Amino acid sequence: MSAVPMPPADAEARAAAKLAETWGDRPGVWGWLTTVDHKRIARRYLVTTFVFFGLAGILALLMRLQLARPEGRLLSPDRYNELFTVHGSTMMFIFAVPVMEAVALYLVPLMVGARNIAFPRLNAYSYYMYLGGALTLWVAFFLNIGPDIGWFGYTPLSGPEYSPGKRADIWAQMITFTEVAALAVSVSIVTTILRMRAPGMTLARMPLFVWAMLVTAFMTIFALPSVMLVTSMLISDRLMGTHFFNYAEGGDVVLFQHLFWFFGHPEVYIIFIPALGFVSAITETFARRPVVGHTFMVLALVAIGFLAFGLWVHHMFATGLPKLGNSFYTSASMAIALPSGVQIFCWIATIWAGRPIFKTPMLWVIGFIVTFVIGGLTGVMVASAPLDLQLHDTYFVVAHFHYVLIGGAVFPLFGAFQYWFPKFTGRVLSETLGRWQFWLIFLGFQLTFFPMHLLGLNGMPRRVYTYPAGLGWEPYNLAATIGAFTIAAGAVIFVVNVVLALRRPADAPANPWDAPGLEWAVASPPPAYNFVDTPAVSSRTPLWEDRTSLPVMGGLATDYREIVVTSPVEAEPGNRQDSPDPTIWPFLAALATTVLFIGSIFSEWALVWGAIPLAIALTGWFWPKRTGPGGAPE
Amino acid sequence: MSQSALHPAADQATRLLGLWDLMLWVCAGMYVLVIAFLAWAIWRRRRAAYLIEPEVMVSDPGLERALGGWAVLIVVGLIVLTTASFLTDRALATPGERPLKIKVTGQQWWWRVEYQDGPVERWVETANEIRLPLGRPAEIELASDDVIHSFWIPNLAGKTDLIPGRTNRMAITPRRAGRFRGQCAEFCGFQHAHMALDVTVEPEAAFEAWRARQLAPAAAPADPQRAYGQQVFQAKACAMCHAIAGTQAGSRNGPDLTHVASRRTLAAGALPYSKGALAGWIANPQALKPGTNMPAVRLSADEQAALVAYLDGLK
Repeated sequence: MSAVPMPPADAEARAAAKLAETWGDRPGVWGWLTTVDHKRIARRYLVTTFVFFGLAGILALLMRLQLARPEGRLLSPDRYNELFTVHGSTMMFIFAVPVMEAVALYLVPLMVGARNIAFPRLNAYSYYMYLGGALTLWVAFFLNIGPDIGWFGYTPLSGPEYSPGKRADIWAQMITFTEVAALAVSVSIVTTILRMRAPGMTLARMPLFVWAMLVTAFMTIFALPSVMLVTSMLISDRLMGTHFFNYAEGGDVVLFQHLFWFFGHPEVYIIFIPALGFVSAITETFARRPVVGHTFMVLALVAIGFLAFGLWVHHMFATGLPKLGNSFYTSASMAIALPSGVQIFCWIATIWAGRPIFKTPMLWVIGFIVTFVIGGLTGVMVASAPLDLQLHDTYFVVAHFHYVLIGGAVFPLFGAFQYWFPKFTGRVLSETLGRWQFWLIFLGFQLTFFPMHLLGLNGMPRRVYTYPAGLGWEPYNLAATIGAFTIAAGAVIFVVNVVLALRRPADAPANPWDAPGLEWAVASPPPAYNFVDTPAVSSRTPLWEDRTSLPVMGGLATDYREIVVTSPVEAEPGNRQDSPDPTIWPFLAALATTVLFIGSIFSEWALVWGAIPLAIALTGWFWPKRTGPGGAPE
Repeated sequence: MSQSALHPAADQATRLLGLWDLMLWVCAGMYVLVIAFLAWAIWRRRRAAYLIEPEVMVSDPGLERALGGWAVLIVVGLIVLTTASFLTDRALATPGERPLKIKVTGQQWWWRVEYQDGPVERWVETANEIRLPLGRPAEIELASDDVIHSFWIPNLAGKTDLIPGRTNRMAITPRRAGRFRGQCAEFCGFQHAHMALDVTVEPEAAFEAWRARQLAPAAAPADPQRAYGQQVFQAKACAMCHAIAGTQAGSRNGPDLTHVASRRTLAAGALPYSKGALAGWIANPQALKPGTNMPAVRLSADEQAALVAYLDGLK
């Protein structure tokens, strides 16, 4: 038994020193490139995703300036089409999905009491692939060859005949990059959750955020191959003259939409479900009691995960599919309101039954409920096949999905950032600035997006670079533009808050919020090895259980990287296994993959020649390591 | 002129507005319940000023019963809305009597409109405008020659996509006379923003009179300048793309111009029709609608004036 947060005993200090040496990285650039520490990789992901969030936000401001008045002349149609394509693609593929994964990469191993993530080298590889995809899109955009086909890239507009040049290929290949990265992360997360939980952390005792990430990671594994397939088919239509989407040669343009939305709808939940995990964690801590209806929450998460795959056709009601089939997708889409509604109830009930304290993360939770429920209800409206014929592809839908994605995912993300920032950096963010940020973004958001519902009902379609005067759209558009700049002001305060915090010394306590999860049992920020001894868990809220000490399980090696593997359901310790050391190979493999992917935009031969360096890199990566008795390195 | 789903002028849009009203009231009721519960949870006197000791051993049978009630309420609401949605969908699918057949073809970035009603010699072609007789159902066939577009006149009905390789159909039964605006609703490239439809619903007599005028071939040039303009039209690039019935110009790449001067807009609603607008459009189409497939044709001042005079005479 060790004591937390009492100072470690002598023997433990020695063990900690040894572990720090074993799990630490080499200093300098080499250490930076070779690290397989989930926390370092996750921090990198977080910084990168937020940089692109800001860039895509600037594009949104430019679009709002263009639309502030009718017949705007700030942007040409070409530039405007590029802006909304790069804005949407960045927000979906380069910000929203990866940022949720980034938080999970940092927190999931800590929450389940593991020393590192499963497949840490794959995880390092995923970051470099993700960065490659993000840079491909944005470098192309700055070179004025950014995609201009919408984030959805429908054929035939994205096909060889109507999108000459390389813009559509860059879009398609950016997706391949980011989805390879997301698949790699998801595999690591599933394995970490199912096989590396601390002894005693049965599925029933698993924190709701970890549940949310388990569902999300499984959804990613099933949904993402569909979009990689469809974009690869598009590239092959464009580059090699196949005819998957050429109706004149037996192809089908609507096939593209089916494959895209079979991914695209689960994608929304892949962004949203982690946010539900944030909300549960924050609510639990600040309501000072476990979440009401834990079992129902888990069931709701799993139900959303399944239902999300059964409603992609509601993006296609206007394509003229058979009406009876449409009715099925209407029912399925509406059904998802039930698990969502159950979760909303449980959070409010938790606040009701607890003794809540309204720190900034809690404000974001309230803002989330107020905003997301509107988005959920408009979701019910667009789920109706006939009504959607009026709402589809109008500003009503723009309003709807920003309510769901910003209200439902970004608000909880800001709350999570405020909440876990001490764990990420060792510093607490300012409450005052946090509240300013909240109110500016919350009110700015309503001012931007609520009028868009009315715009849509009044007939304004999406993706128009300008609109005529006299249709009654002017006041709503002007309000939206003012709101957008209010949000931007909130975002600036957020950046100031982070910068000011980072300039202070790292003196945050291990558990500044007196929260119940295992991630708060270790120092802020945690050491490279996370836990000196593996915790042993006997409750859903381990740090609230015994207020003075945390039971642990000893016996893992300290002189080489060893982890304990536990059973998937009951988390019984099974065997010990070594965890990979730092290595340069994932970086080199990502470099080789990048060359292959970029080359294949220009020539199909890149697949052939590019495979050679990739094969070399993968051989180096998987070269067997000699091990001594008991798994110890020789 | 109106472009709004909230002011219906046809059976289809009226039904959809009814469904919208039902949805709005049910959803607003649910929202009020959620927000009231949230407000109660926040303002009941259990708020803490600091992090108090957490409660761990709690059970909430009352709350879980309430959760059950809430779930039942959601399910009932969803059943009501799904049923209403299904019934509306079925009503929209019911065809009307004696439908007026119109074929609309989407092209980057304009609409070809063909009235295929009655015997072939009564068929009429126009572009970027639709006239509908009051009270008579129209059956609209939707096709595309290039990319996907979407046909949407919010005052009359919901949208339906025009998809290359497929044919879609929709019905519109206008019930109120007036002028409405339609617009392409599926992103179709560069000038998606300027792909509008000028829609008029008028009494059947007025509609038939309009159709009779459209059936007539183009007016012969009334003076030497216009005659010269016709020559310019046929000698220069114009005739490569446009048709004018009753002349040698018969290409179908661009809009039919037989009665272009009778229309109220130019370039699919990019600008209102006037002789001056027409002259500006011909002189520099890329300035008014950047990216349009209409090229700027090099003309002398005389040729330009004659061509504009000729086209402006095509009422």
